[in-house]
Amino acid sequence: MADTLARSTVEIGYGGSERLTMNMGPQHPSAHGVFRAILTLEGETVVAIDAVIGYLHRCHEKLAETLTYVQYPTIASKTDYVSAMTAELAYVAAVELVGKIDVPRRAQYLRVICAELQRIASHCLWLGTWCMDMGGALGGGATIFLYAIRERELILDLFETLTGARLLYGFHQVGGTRYDIPAGWAQQCRETLAVITQRLGEYEAMLEANAFFLVRTQGVGVISRDLAEHVGVAGPLLRGSGVAYDLRTAAPYSSYEDFGVRVPVESAGDCFARYRVRMAEFRESIRLVHAALDGLPEGPISSRPGVKSVGQVRIPKGEGYSRVEGARGEVGCYLVADGGPKPYRLKWRGASFSNLAVLPHIIPGHKVADVVAIMGSVDPVFGEVDR
Amino acid sequence: MPPLAYHALVGFIVLNVVIGMVTYVTLLERKFAARMQSRIGPYYVGPRGLLQPIADALKLMLKEDIVPARADRFIYNLAPIAFLLPCILIFATLPFAPGLGVADLNIGVLFFLAVSSLEIVGLFMGGWGSNNKYALLSAMRAVNQIISYDLPFIFAALVPVLLAGSMQMSAIVTAQHGLWFVAYPVIGQLAFVAFLVATLAAENRVPFDILEAESELVAGFRVEYSGMKFALIQLGEYAHMLGTSFLGALLFLGGWLGPGPAWLGPVWFLLKAVLIFLVVTWVRWSFVRIRVDQILGISWKLLLPATLILLMATGFVVALRGAGGA
Repeated sequence: MADTLARSTVEIGYGGSERLTMNMGPQHPSAHGVFRAILTLEGETVVAIDAVIGYLHRCHEKLAETLTYVQYPTIASKTDYVSAMTAELAYVAAVELVGKIDVPRRAQYLRVICAELQRIASHCLWLGTWCMDMGGALGGGATIFLYAIRERELILDLFETLTGARLLYGFHQVGGTRYDIPAGWAQQCRETLAVITQRLGEYEAMLEANAFFLVRTQGVGVISRDLAEHVGVAGPLLRGSGVAYDLRTAAPYSSYEDFGVRVPVESAGDCFARYRVRMAEFRESIRLVHAALDGLPEGPISSRPGVKSVGQVRIPKGEGYSRVEGARGEVGCYLVADGGPKPYRLKWRGASFSNLAVLPHIIPGHKVADVVAIMGSVDPVFGEVDR
Repeated sequence: MPPLAYHALVGFIVLNVVIGMVTYVTLLERKFAARMQSRIGPYYVGPRGLLQPIADALKLMLKEDIVPARADRFIYNLAPIAFLLPCILIFATLPFAPGLGVADLNIGVLFFLAVSSLEIVGLFMGGWGSNNKYALLSAMRAVNQIISYDLPFIFAALVPVLLAGSMQMSAIVTAQHGLWFVAYPVIGQLAFVAFLVATLAAENRVPFDILEAESELVAGFRVEYSGMKFALIQLGEYAHMLGTSFLGALLFLGGWLGPGPAWLGPVWFLLKAVLIFLVVTWVRWSFVRIRVDQILGISWKLLLPATLILLMATGFVVALRGAGGA
């Protein structure tokens, strides 16, 4: 259905007005990395978009075959460098699934804490960059961007205290986590979250009372429920289109069933609905971190002893698919093990990649300025698209 | 001294003062924006960053001047000058105090409005001559926007002209003895707000900066400019902004009128202009940009009819006042 819809839009006949083909990207201020959109314009209106990806391909899946189960989690985080914890978690979950390795409850809770903090950090960056797409780096957008980055820094400070790293963490390892929370970290975390909760209210007041923000987002880039299900978008895009699907409740992993995750849903499907969903997710993530800190069980953080060399962890022959709800949607990892210390084959399912597929369906008919607003609301990270 | 030489001398002084002020206005804006964004802003060059504009200008002068291979060289090279000239020329009719100015024409306001609209020529030349699709789109937007917003801008500026009964800048200020036009009941405030909104659009500032629109069009019409040509465009943009702020201060805020001795006049005038400039800056750093169709909608559906009605209402008020023998 949606395919024919998109194709018919592309094949609009020559309407008498001159057409212009314009490259947006791969080097462009709002390319969100290296996205290249070849736009066909009639005046200001986009009649067709050809999305080109692949500029950031780093053979990640092949790389995974050359690294051991001990080494790769740190590298896995480089698929989606904006929310590095997600990919680490997906990888170790796949290894644990295939190797039938238990994870201690304390480690599971720590994973939840990190995953949710990462979601907050990732959404902070999304809010900033999205507003900058609409508001300009020399305008109001930059103001929101700097505010959001200020909050993201607070989360990164927490991660730094926990793992020693600010962007790519290497926090997860097969069978548990590599680090336990240091003394005082829980208190620092709660204080940070209190600050962020208060500032979230400020952002909402700032943006939702702003008529210009509303006219730029409401009714723009509508993804209907049918289209969302047909294309297979995930995460906030899917929930913004009225589908209450979240892996944390649909297929709980890492003890998420203990927390009763509330899944925010909006039905409008436009940029504003996606914004609302993400703002609600901010709050839900904050609640989850508090809940996980409250209920943090005592015990070991890893089910297997430390290794002396990186080849010591071996996984028996088998295959399995693990999936986790990242900040941008379902991140999946399909792993085939052959009994050695390295995977035989690995396949990533990136949320950004499948979300990006919706662009040609929704962008034609919009103005050039809306292209960047819609792209920002999709929130692609190109490390994850190209891998 | 012969009158011609006198005018040339005054013109030279005003030109240099204006360029100096424009350079420092950029520093003011950067500091102001930094405070809004919980940053510090320029800090390292000179005491408290005070030499930053000089460093910027020097840097731009030393940059390589790149002309795109397929650009229309003549138009491309001429555009920055064609853009800068009207932006500087608008200062010619601005009196900074009684008798202190290049030329206090009896059609000063008309001259200002006419010349400031000319910047569109330079803009379009830059957009066209660069032979760049972003620049071309930006030039198209520029023509759309500036034509749409010049009308409300002119109508809003004509309200004080009607109230004062003169197009001479000094006469308009004199007419504001006792009551600044911004304080004129209802009409004054509405006209001032309309003037500010139209100013934002005429100066291409957020939320109306769709010509620059760096998240869509990279840098719009000046995407291909570098070095000194870029500096000239930047200078023109800020000169235009400052000039319009001076005009606003003169038309609505009483120009150089203020408490204290007469020699404080220019200081008051400058302070008022900077106030308007800061309001514009404040708006710039707080809003997101709106779309081209929405911008045109605001102009043609709201601002233009509103300023027209306002102008007519002002006419009635003035006529009644005249009939009352005031």
